[in-house]
Amino acid sequence: MDANIIIKLKNVNFYYGENRALTDITMNYRKNKVTALIGPSGCGKSTLLRLLNRMNDLIDGTRVEGEILYEDKNIYSPDLDPVEIRRKIGMVFQKPNPFPKTIYNNIAYGPKLNRVGSANLDELVEQSLKQAVLWDEVKDILNQSAMNLSGGQQQRLCIARALAMKPDILLMDEPTSALDPISTAKIEELVEELKKVYTIIIVTHNMQQAARISDETAFFYLGNLIEYNKTEKIFTKPDVKQTEDYITGRFG
Amino acid sequence: MEERKHTSSHYEKELQEIKNDLIYLGALTEKAIQLAMDSLTQRNSDFARKVMAEDDEIDKRDAQLEEKCIRILALRQPTAIDLRFITTAIKITGHLERIGDMAVNIAEKAIELNQLPRLKPYVDLPRMASLVNEMIRNSLDAFINENLELTQKVHEHEQVVDDLNEQIFRELLTFMLDDSKTIQRAIFIMQISKNLERIADHSKGIADMVIYMITGKSVRHQELSIS
Repeated sequence: MDANIIIKLKNVNFYYGENRALTDITMNYRKNKVTALIGPSGCGKSTLLRLLNRMNDLIDGTRVEGEILYEDKNIYSPDLDPVEIRRKIGMVFQKPNPFPKTIYNNIAYGPKLNRVGSANLDELVEQSLKQAVLWDEVKDILNQSAMNLSGGQQQRLCIARALAMKPDILLMDEPTSALDPISTAKIEELVEELKKVYTIIIVTHNMQQAARISDETAFFYLGNLIEYNKTEKIFTKPDVKQTEDYITGRFG
Repeated sequence: MEERKHTSSHYEKELQEIKNDLIYLGALTEKAIQLAMDSLTQRNSDFARKVMAEDDEIDKRDAQLEEKCIRILALRQPTAIDLRFITTAIKITGHLERIGDMAVNIAEKAIELNQLPRLKPYVDLPRMASLVNEMIRNSLDAFINENLELTQKVHEHEQVVDDLNEQIFRELLTFMLDDSKTIQRAIFIMQISKNLERIADHSKGIADMVIYMITGKSVRHQELSIS
């Protein structure tokens, strides 16, 4: 596999029972890049995101065909542990979902359980919070409940929590849809910083957000990958008319 | 392929308004050039004064159009074809405003020339004027109808106008060498010719922006190899 490619999808089909939600998806994600997945509701972008760390395994009656290669191994091969995959491919959800624990324990819980960086937990907590640009705001209240933080802070805490597991890839499912513009700007700036170390794949309904923060953009429609290209190209002169119709609001 | 309409009918209307305003502004500049040239060929300075008086309307419409485009950029955050359309429209209105100024320059020279004995019958100047008006029309039609063929026509005409300008320059040089009393009038005519040649450049500028709008590729300043 090309050294710049971190995940490779080959002819991936995905089914909810009899319904095919994704059709023959073949695409590569590049290392240390932000890739945005866009498309109207029900186009399969979140389904695809959840496929990348086997989150769909948790839904009954689902089925995957094709290959999703990460470090040259199919993540759906039976000998791979989904928990280990989810450690390497972390996820941040639409709504901030901190544990009802202290700020410190929100970060430390996962690593403790999985024995990641357990040699110095304090250091790991500090480092993760710093990476999520939250440290300065919470360093004096680490023992307070995470539930007292604002929505934007809670979302950055969730990012810090994912980073504490030392992942390679961060999946973000509409991470700012529940946040105000200032918190959104902070998360977007954070994404810019994080891509120096991590690979980020983000689902967003906010077209301007995709244009602002991603390097590459994939447009999905009815479970098909319609166009996948550099973000600048997609938002200035897409190759496919359907993409242009969608991003300019001539859809539906 | 059939052009789909925006989900927002207001946005669709705003974009259509920009198109209509540009067509109107283009018509005003064409009329200004024609009137300035009529002033010269018919030796009627009232026409020239009308051109000068009506330039304010062109300037006002240019400013309004630019404001509408900026408003769309700020409020609609256009992308892809809409983004290329708006950036092209902003450039076009600037070109048309400058063309209006050049029609005024021609009108001013026409007033000067009308007060002096006619140096020679005007043959090539009206031809140039007719060509540049066609260039303006073609470049705007290309914009409205997304027609690449028309931009090619504009490019071809620009070369013809350049050649005519050089020909007029050479001809007037012989007048000036033969008789120094013709120098003042010859210079005024040269300035009119030069203004028409500059109008042709602006029309080509519009056509180049239209090519960018349609293809996404910039053909301006290709010698600089800007990626």
